[in-house]
Amino acid sequence: MVRLNLILLLITVACGLATVNANHRARKLVTSFEKEQQRMRALDVEWGQLQLEQSTWAAHARIEKVAKERLQMKTPLPAQIMVLESAP
Amino acid sequence: MKFSKSPILKDELAPWRARLVLILLLGCMLALIGRSLYLQAINNEFLISKGESRYERTLEVPATRGRILDRNGDVMAISTPVKSVWAIPEDARLQPAEARKLAQLLSMDVRELNRKLAEDKGFVFVKRQIAPELAERVMAMKLPGIHLQNEYRRYYPAGEVPAHVLGFTGVNDAGQEGIELAFNQQLAGQAGSRRVIKDRRGNIVEDVEHIKKPVEGKDVTLSLDAKIQYLAYSSLKQAVTTHRAKAGAALVLDAKTGEILALVNLPTYNPNNRSNLAGAQLRNRVFTDTFEPGSTMKPFTAALALEKGKVRFDTQIQTAPGRMTIGPATISDAHPHGVLTVAQVIQKSSNVGSAKMALSMDAADMWQMFDTLGFGTPLKLGFPGEAGGRLRPAKTWKPIEQATMSYGHGMSVTLIQLAHAYMVFAREGDLVPLLLTKANGPVSSDKQAFSVQTAREVRAMLEMAVLPGGTAPQAQIPGYRVGGKTGTAHKIEGGVYANKYIASFVGLAPVSDPRLIVAVMIDEPSAGKYYGGQVAGPVFSQLMAGALRTLGVPQDAPLKPIQLGSEEQQVRESM
Repeated sequence: MVRLNLILLLITVACGLATVNANHRARKLVTSFEKEQQRMRALDVEWGQLQLEQSTWAAHARIEKVAKERLQMKTPLPAQIMVLESAP
Repeated sequence: MKFSKSPILKDELAPWRARLVLILLLGCMLALIGRSLYLQAINNEFLISKGESRYERTLEVPATRGRILDRNGDVMAISTPVKSVWAIPEDARLQPAEARKLAQLLSMDVRELNRKLAEDKGFVFVKRQIAPELAERVMAMKLPGIHLQNEYRRYYPAGEVPAHVLGFTGVNDAGQEGIELAFNQQLAGQAGSRRVIKDRRGNIVEDVEHIKKPVEGKDVTLSLDAKIQYLAYSSLKQAVTTHRAKAGAALVLDAKTGEILALVNLPTYNPNNRSNLAGAQLRNRVFTDTFEPGSTMKPFTAALALEKGKVRFDTQIQTAPGRMTIGPATISDAHPHGVLTVAQVIQKSSNVGSAKMALSMDAADMWQMFDTLGFGTPLKLGFPGEAGGRLRPAKTWKPIEQATMSYGHGMSVTLIQLAHAYMVFAREGDLVPLLLTKANGPVSSDKQAFSVQTAREVRAMLEMAVLPGGTAPQAQIPGYRVGGKTGTAHKIEGGVYANKYIASFVGLAPVSDPRLIVAVMIDEPSAGKYYGGQVAGPVFSQLMAGALRTLGVPQDAPLKPIQLGSEEQQVRESM
């Protein structure tokens, strides 16, 4: 009888320790998951800012200005345009 | 001496003493049980909440407002988090050097900063909506009483170019104008909240529950093409500046799908900086301003006359001597033309010719046609403030009104209604509803206004109007066959026609298989020229040419320099 009780006690203690361990690991995982989610949000924000930056650089008004002033480009006159027919 | 032999034991104690101790102990026991029962079962809610407040936190889960994209996925409006610097003036006792450094970081005046920090309030905004990196540098100074707050700010990278279409949002990120208002339901995100358990170091260790799921705002993909939009903006701006006009508007429609590819209003504003806005800048004229369309209505009169079998393409109409008396009123042409065919009436824009066609028809039929084309009722695109224009019931028309309406006077329309109605000529006599968002899938026409034959004949007449001998040779485009109609109308001020004009042009291209409709309206050109062909025609030509090239529409005419014809040859339009 005493032996059985001792075995049961040991099993209970072992179970308790396992629970503590599992709980600890779960919390660690949640923490790292939260960190990753935070990183995701930060990257999302950065993506938004990069999109904004890209569309600011690629604004048509700016492209036209650069093409005209820095690259000295012009719209060709009709006489300067040749249309190539694709071979049948 | 042994304890058992102690003489004290010999004394008999009164039996009630033992009982009293027992009762006292039992009483204590009962009190303890009662207290624990009270704490554990009856009053436990309060204690649980107290306990939870030690380790549980309710976090807000932010949701961002959706983006607005153009048809090619280019960003036209996007929200990004920014920080606002705020202070508790009582705590913010800054050294002069610190104040100077802070003011310099925030690029504001030191005196202004000091004035804000001297205010007798518990909370003041020092500077709103600054970049997160700048905010970090401010916090790195570790100043007392200076705090940060997260906010979202909406940016419009294209600035003033699509301002009227997109509209803008207010302080609390809710749409106030344009698409931002019309699609607010879809764009707006809803912040959620959740409960978590945090450990001593502030790490989240357990998710307890989601109180409210956050709803991210959905993106809206517009039918707009950013490139064509810019083309429309720059060519319209050029014309408004050259002709010193009060305002202007331009519109590009895809005739195949009904999508709005570009929509520009001038004067405009920069939605990123709305500190000093005037009402005139905010007006979305394309939707909200009605005007007398003038001669741009003539093709509809001709189409109805063809449809009802009153005339044929080449029926001759006597317009000499260029005047016509109906009751007490007289209508006239800018200069007499003599005998004209129906096609030439449109080409040379003769008022007398179109009035004669109108008077051969029933007023009810004309009203029916205008109604089918959508005049007189708002288009109901969901855009805020859409106007319907004025179209009186046919029963109240007098003959003179029926005559003037045939050339666009005595009624009023918006530019978008006018462009939409021209779809019957660009398509095979049918109409498709207009779209602000990108079409997914084929569209089906919902109204057949004219027969295919009529639409094709009127299209040929429109092409004649832009050839030498018509009213708008300036609207020609090398490499494409185009068709269109000019309009020049006096403005009504206080019920009478003033000496101010609205020049307009509505056209389509390529004529062999129309893909685009472009409508241009210039309000009060005041640099000498005011005819639709001279003022709005070149805008049309420039914009249409650019848009066709952008979309890669195949050319349907040989590429040769356009001929304007001599000044005398150009027909002045009748008003």
